[in-house]
Amino acid sequence: MSGKVLLGDEAIALGAIHAGLSNAYGYPGTPSSEIMEYLLDCSKKTGDFHAAWCSNEKTAYEDALGASLAGKRTIVTMKHVGLNVAADPFVNSALLKINGGLVLVVADDPGMHSSQDEQDSRFYADFAKIPCFEPVNQQEAYEMTKEAFEVSEKFNVPVMIRIVTRLAHSRAVVKSGEIRPQNKMKKAEDKNTWMLLPALARKQWVKLLAKYQEFAAYSENSEFNPLAVNPDFREFGVITTGLGKNYYVENSAELAVNPSHLHIGTYPIPVDKIRRLAESVDKIVILEEGYPFVESKLRGVLPQSIEIEGKLDEKVPPTGELNPDNVRPVLGLEKKKTLAEVEEVPSRPPQLCQGCPHTDSYEAINKALEPYKESVVTSDIGCYALGALPPHSAIETIICMGASVGTAKGAAEAGLKPAVAVIGDSTFFHSGINSLVDAISANTPMTLIILDNWIVAMTGGQETIVPSSRIEGVIKGLGVDTDHIRTIVPLKKNLEENIKVLREEFDHQGISVVLSVRECIEETKRRMKKEKSK
Amino acid sequence: MRYDIILAGVGGQGVLSLAAIIATGAMKDGFQVRQSEVHGMAQRGGAVLAHMRISDKEISSDLVAKGTASLIISMEPLEVNRYVDFLAPDGAIVTASEPFINISNYPEIESVYDKLKKYPDIKIVESAALAKKAGSSRATNMVIIGAASGKLPVKTESLKNAIADIFGAKGQKIVDINIKAFDLGAE
Repeated sequence: MSGKVLLGDEAIALGAIHAGLSNAYGYPGTPSSEIMEYLLDCSKKTGDFHAAWCSNEKTAYEDALGASLAGKRTIVTMKHVGLNVAADPFVNSALLKINGGLVLVVADDPGMHSSQDEQDSRFYADFAKIPCFEPVNQQEAYEMTKEAFEVSEKFNVPVMIRIVTRLAHSRAVVKSGEIRPQNKMKKAEDKNTWMLLPALARKQWVKLLAKYQEFAAYSENSEFNPLAVNPDFREFGVITTGLGKNYYVENSAELAVNPSHLHIGTYPIPVDKIRRLAESVDKIVILEEGYPFVESKLRGVLPQSIEIEGKLDEKVPPTGELNPDNVRPVLGLEKKKTLAEVEEVPSRPPQLCQGCPHTDSYEAINKALEPYKESVVTSDIGCYALGALPPHSAIETIICMGASVGTAKGAAEAGLKPAVAVIGDSTFFHSGINSLVDAISANTPMTLIILDNWIVAMTGGQETIVPSSRIEGVIKGLGVDTDHIRTIVPLKKNLEENIKVLREEFDHQGISVVLSVRECIEETKRRMKKEKSK
Repeated sequence: MRYDIILAGVGGQGVLSLAAIIATGAMKDGFQVRQSEVHGMAQRGGAVLAHMRISDKEISSDLVAKGTASLIISMEPLEVNRYVDFLAPDGAIVTASEPFINISNYPEIESVYDKLKKYPDIKIVESAALAKKAGSSRATNMVIIGAASGKLPVKTESLKNAIADIFGAKGQKIVDINIKAFDLGAE
């Protein structure tokens, strides 16, 4: 057996190491976390490169830019919604003259297995005008990562690799190739290409538009965009992107003939190849994993002679993931026979673990709020979002990382009382902290409850950027009145006392912070297992 | 040769380690393997589904198509019903008999068994008792692999070697318990 069994995420990590990686940054987020996990593990073992989790995706992206400035190859990883957080440095960085190769890996989550939307990061690559690679399997993930670094240094531009959950979290054998040495440190020569003052940025913008033509030419000739024309079959041709290709190939043996087929694995879209395909067929079927990105470009708004079928006319399901079954109707294939159809089975949603500290926090919050009529409880992204479900039903908003704090502030300032924000420790440092600064400045009558379980639990137990022991000091330092910084331990035996503390703070006419501190139960188990095996 | 498997259970029941053993065993026999997993939120006590594809040719899709799976392996009886449409008309089922009740509307267990018994090729395994007999109540997933081993296109020896590989770091005693659980399931 040659090669290694790797998750798609891990294949990217290995590709980066073999491409001469020097620096790696990221913020945990399903389905991207295992890229950094793999890199952190290797970095600890070999010490060959620097890898670190960051406070959030924006800080991670900026760290990566610094490493590129110094001439080193660097990777930055995040989930799709993380790129919203990093969008400012990301979009602007397209105007810089990237020095050491900079590869951004974004893991999209069509079907929302573990996310709050299914946004398609290819739109971001298009918006920033940078090249984008989209692997269809683990081997390609490995190879495209190496190629992405080459392209980044060839064109001096950040390059995106877009993957999706099914690739990120699926394992296959990956055969590795050459290992390239790391870059030597060599600072970017012309600082005018790294300072986006308006006068300089205008010049860089013109250069980027010119470079974009080169990206398009690269894409046109790339072997990652293979076109196979069948001149004897005009009825329809197929364009696939991402995992759409896998599901097409899975079914195409059942088609009577082999239609013309263009697969797009690297962007900008290969315009000439699309035109050549269109000349040879009467209809184009488009199978894209994600939003109808290519399809929207092809359809435009003016009448056209060619028929197009895809997500926009709902010939392919416009939401959720593609799969080997839901691409069949548009290809004219019947549903397959099964042993039996699925009858009603009660759903089994995820839930807080037995013994989870959040359960006790929510019980205390629910009970403490009983006497109040106009209360609101905003919450955030993490395990504790499961407090939305019965039996807790304790929270009312879940929007994006850090949103609980600002949302409670606005609600308080509009009259809801008590306004309570519930956020995890890691999410607080990700982006909740900024809104706390706002609330302190305005002395908004609200209570921020930080559920401090010592780790980033949902994504697998990464270390929080600021250890639990230092959180109180940070809150004090920001300027919350020390009388209104309270700590509770969420345990059944403390329930009455915890309710009392919460009510005292709910009644306070200004900002208050309650730290609800107890280690994640899964982490306790992991830690005890480790200690036992020592 | 192509052999597609649906692996089911509830988060925390060891579905992913079960999948890892079959995948490792299949690769020892020279097969290509794809294994698609669920991470993140669903792992917290929710329904867990993994797709596994074993073939002697290149595999495109990570996901198994409806109506094409040769086997459903489930760590929980009710979970079988959630995925039964993945099975080919001649597909087989191997499931643990013990219900995992963490929802209030879990049906009467007898009605779950009655439904399962209607499927032509099904094995309902007393995995908890057998795991205990083997020496660890946590080895239920190895009992289930053993029970499924006769159906799998992977050599029993390769599966056992995979168990030894994966549990090796935990010491010979743990390996022996897991192999014994496998053997009890296979009987």
